[in-house]
Amino acid sequence: MLKTEGLRYQYAGADTGLTFPDLHLNKGDELLLLGASGTGKTTLLHLVAGMRTPTAGSVTLAGAPFSALNTAQRDQTRGKHMGIVFQTAHFVRSLTVGENLALARSLAGCAPDAEVIKGLLQDLGLGHKLNARVDALSVGEQQRVSIARAVVHGPGLILADEPTSALDDANTDAVLTLLRNQAKRTGAALLVVTHDQRLKDRMSQHVELNPTS
Amino acid sequence: MKAARLARRNVLHRPLETGLSVLLLAFGVGIISLMLLMQRSLTEDLDRNIKDIDLVLGAKGSPLQLILANVYHVDVPTGNIPLADARKIMRHPYIEEAIPLAYGDNYELFRIVGTEPSYPAHYNAEIAEGKMFEAAFEVVIGQEVATATGLTIGDTFYSAHGLTDGTDVHRDKAYTVVGTFDRTGAVIDQLILTPIASVWGVHEDVEDADEEITAVLLKKKNPLAILTLPNLLRDTPMQVALPAIEMNRLTQQFGIGLQTLRAVALLIMGLSFISVFIALFASLRDRRYELALLRTMGAPPRRLFALVLFEGLWMTVAGIAAGLLLSRLGVMALGEVLQDRFHYEVTQLMPVSGEFVLAAAALLVGAVAAGIPARSALRIDISNTLGQGR
Repeated sequence: MLKTEGLRYQYAGADTGLTFPDLHLNKGDELLLLGASGTGKTTLLHLVAGMRTPTAGSVTLAGAPFSALNTAQRDQTRGKHMGIVFQTAHFVRSLTVGENLALARSLAGCAPDAEVIKGLLQDLGLGHKLNARVDALSVGEQQRVSIARAVVHGPGLILADEPTSALDDANTDAVLTLLRNQAKRTGAALLVVTHDQRLKDRMSQHVELNPTS
Repeated sequence: MKAARLARRNVLHRPLETGLSVLLLAFGVGIISLMLLMQRSLTEDLDRNIKDIDLVLGAKGSPLQLILANVYHVDVPTGNIPLADARKIMRHPYIEEAIPLAYGDNYELFRIVGTEPSYPAHYNAEIAEGKMFEAAFEVVIGQEVATATGLTIGDTFYSAHGLTDGTDVHRDKAYTVVGTFDRTGAVIDQLILTPIASVWGVHEDVEDADEEITAVLLKKKNPLAILTLPNLLRDTPMQVALPAIEMNRLTQQFGIGLQTLRAVALLIMGLSFISVFIALFASLRDRRYELALLRTMGAPPRRLFALVLFEGLWMTVAGIAAGLLLSRLGVMALGEVLQDRFHYEVTQLMPVSGEFVLAAAALLVGAVAAGIPARSALRIDISNTLGQGR
């Protein structure tokens, strides 16, 4: 599903660039990327997601070159094949929970299937929040809705950036379980990027990022 | 979800900023549109009433007053002239048609005008019911008079002296309604017409009142009439005035006020576009995370551009629509006042061609005002925006 080769990134004005290990994920695989701050883990996630263009190296998504596409093509491909959970949950504030999920489906090119959205929210224990305003959700609920949004269009790859950094142990477990269950249900590959050492014991596959030079 | 629909949700989500922009635009568009509507109504009314009247003969005084009183029936007459003297002008070879008017009294503030059947004929006023007046004290009433007073054929009434109120009523001679006119859109709708003899009859107690009339509406046969007649009248208490020229002068005097009003309206419209511009820019700063998110969800930059542009266009369209509605409410309110005060009708609500130009121009400027913030939405760096995590 995802393959990276020789990814390097150098920020404008920085003396040295960041070099990243090659990643290879098949459908159904899960991988934890561990790294302290400054190791460029968010940069790597953004390179994988095509939100940044690598200085060197390439990203292949679903067997097709991804990092070589232009901005608009990358946006559309990302929307179709990836679901991203960000560290802080953000939504289109003028829309309800259900509409935010419908928007994710429509931007990915899927029909806005009300049953899929309702069923997914029920799975996540948010069935009653379908028509709620996103501002009215608690932080925990927001994180669960953003997981729902990342999987509602059945992407092949789920990316999560520090999904648990703001949560206590109980919630960390709950969120991680949700992510893994949803990935498993849709057969998607799961890539989690974090500095949260608690996750190390909970996911079998992990790669540690070291400060590189 | 279509960009247009999301844009509508977004502007509705910011009711205060949206409201301010829409309100300002509505006022700007509303004032200009109101002016266009009133202008049309006024011009049409003026033209309808002037209808082929080239000259008005009457007592010396303000020529504008002579026109207003005798063509539009809104001012008091300049005075009376002896019929014998007026006849000389009426029979002048340069004159094709001459319609005498003798101001009588009023009934419930509707003017009773003594004249000949040629007067309603000039305005193509057809008898709706009954017949044309023939004998003294027979009257035919305009549509407005019939509606407002409830007078119908066979009814009789007493006139009140002068043109002002009903305190001094002539109790001796009653008028009889013998007919009503169809609606003409001209001032005839507001008049009570009767033979001139009735007006003389009411005031026969006043000695020198008989054989006097107020004015004569003249249609020229020869263009030289305009040059010749004033000379003929130089040493008489009479004058001739040209309706077209007097009304032109009047509208020019209005013009200065209208220009000021138009400048104010344009200023308000300008402010509204700045307000649209600021509202969008401020909301972009506020929502840059949201816009970056849309990109990660699969919306390419051009869709963000369309989204912000549509948000501006929604506000502009709402403002234009509200403005056009506002101006029509204004016309109805003003129309009521004008009708009460002057028995004058201004109720045309159909769009004026100028309004299409106004709407198109506002839409264009709105698109430009929205286009600049929309362009900045194109340049959002999604990695930087989402990476800082707010």
